[in-house]
Amino acid sequence: MPKTSFPTIPSSEITSEEKFINRRDFIQKTSQGLLASSAALILPSAMADSEFNLKHEITSYKDITTYNNFYELGTSKSDPSKNAKWLKPHPWSIEVSGLVNKPGKIDIEDILKIPTEERVYRMRCVERWSMVIPWEGFELNKLLQKFEPKAEAKYVEFKTILDPENLYGQRFPVLQWPYVEGLRMDEAMHPLTLMATGIYGKKLLSQNGAPIRLVIPWKYGFKGIKSIQKIRLLDREPRTSWNKAAPNEYGFYANVNPKVHHPRWRQNKERRIGEFRRRKTLLFNGYQEQVASLYKDMDLKKYF
Amino acid sequence: MGIFRLLSFILCLSPAVYLALGWWFGFLGANTTEDFIHQSGQWALFFLFLTLLVTPLTRHLPLVELNSMRRQWGLFFFFYAILHLIGYLVLDFFFEWEDIYYDIIENNYIIVGVLIIFLLLPLAITSTHKWRRKLKKRWQKLHRLVYLIFPLAMLHFYWLIKADYIEPILYTALIGLLLLERVIHFKKSKLQQ
Repeated sequence: MPKTSFPTIPSSEITSEEKFINRRDFIQKTSQGLLASSAALILPSAMADSEFNLKHEITSYKDITTYNNFYELGTSKSDPSKNAKWLKPHPWSIEVSGLVNKPGKIDIEDILKIPTEERVYRMRCVERWSMVIPWEGFELNKLLQKFEPKAEAKYVEFKTILDPENLYGQRFPVLQWPYVEGLRMDEAMHPLTLMATGIYGKKLLSQNGAPIRLVIPWKYGFKGIKSIQKIRLLDREPRTSWNKAAPNEYGFYANVNPKVHHPRWRQNKERRIGEFRRRKTLLFNGYQEQVASLYKDMDLKKYF
Repeated sequence: MGIFRLLSFILCLSPAVYLALGWWFGFLGANTTEDFIHQSGQWALFFLFLTLLVTPLTRHLPLVELNSMRRQWGLFFFFYAILHLIGYLVLDFFFEWEDIYYDIIENNYIIVGVLIIFLLLPLAITSTHKWRRKLKKRWQKLHRLVYLIFPLAMLHFYWLIKADYIEPILYTALIGLLLLERVIHFKKSKLQQ
């Protein structure tokens, strides 16, 4: 596993004092709440050591939890938070199959025992908007290693829960259900690739993909599949939902790239939610130092 | 009729007031500029629908007075289309002309949007009584441009959507019905001759 250093944050993204204070206030309140509710709870280390996080312009919790793309809960941005009750994150389990030595199911209770940390990532949607989100989670490689991937495994396929009875969005053929996403094995094992179980130190809400979802900060948001129930290791590239729906618009790789444009809009700039002027989009969403080596010698225009 | 026109005017203007205040104070939604653009576009489409609704309504119902509303609603269609354009040029791109240039030449739905604005301009300008008298028969011909604007507006809507086409399909169906009524009426009146 290559050693990964955290990205440095350009000065343009450094938080204003006001936000800094709000954030500190939030951490104090949260920690007081946690301490008050249960003495046994230990403050997550990343929260106490929030040096790194505070440098970011974190998007408000309200915006993160009310502006979502999750078509299973409705196709407009405000639908998923309104229809969050359709998705019940308990009971839950993830089934891991395919090219692994120990296939099987893991219950959410056991998943939640895996130690988590806070990771503040930029999140860039293919639709040209972005956020900065303080995730709670663990590296995907920690989960995959439990099932012992075989050497032939080259790709990982993920599937969202399929439940058209409750998830009304799945009654309409907007996409092929269930939602499917995939990664190359080296992308999946990369230390930046996160399985998130929380945001802002709180449990993930349904609109954000409860109880567990994928976060790949250098790829467009649609790669971050929500409410995962199935993982399969393969020796071939899986067919993914948006790629099937519009293969010329959404590639398998979907790496954030200001020079590779969507056929219907340019990707050179983005609107950070809460800001007026648009920002320049960064190559690999600003994680070039960490991930560029994964794609060396690859034509990023061809493998978009 | 005067009071009805005034009431209608205030009612038609209120979404614009809501959008302007909502954008400024940030109560439209998380992506407030996107909301402004989408909603002003939807209102434009609504007024296109309303304008095209007048003729069939007056034909089949005793509502001849509605004929005098057509111009007001047509102008509100133009007004919301301009608001939509301002949202795009100013709120979204903030006069970044290079980006706007590429956005227009590379995206079919933007080209169509610009085309619609250009087609709407002569209609808005010649909407006054004075112009109507001046152009006589040609006025009606000119204003038939709306039948070109409608399919272009639908195309503009279809092309910008990622996957969920229910809204443009609904609008196409509704406005399609209004056009169908015109075709049927036209054939009938020909037969009678």
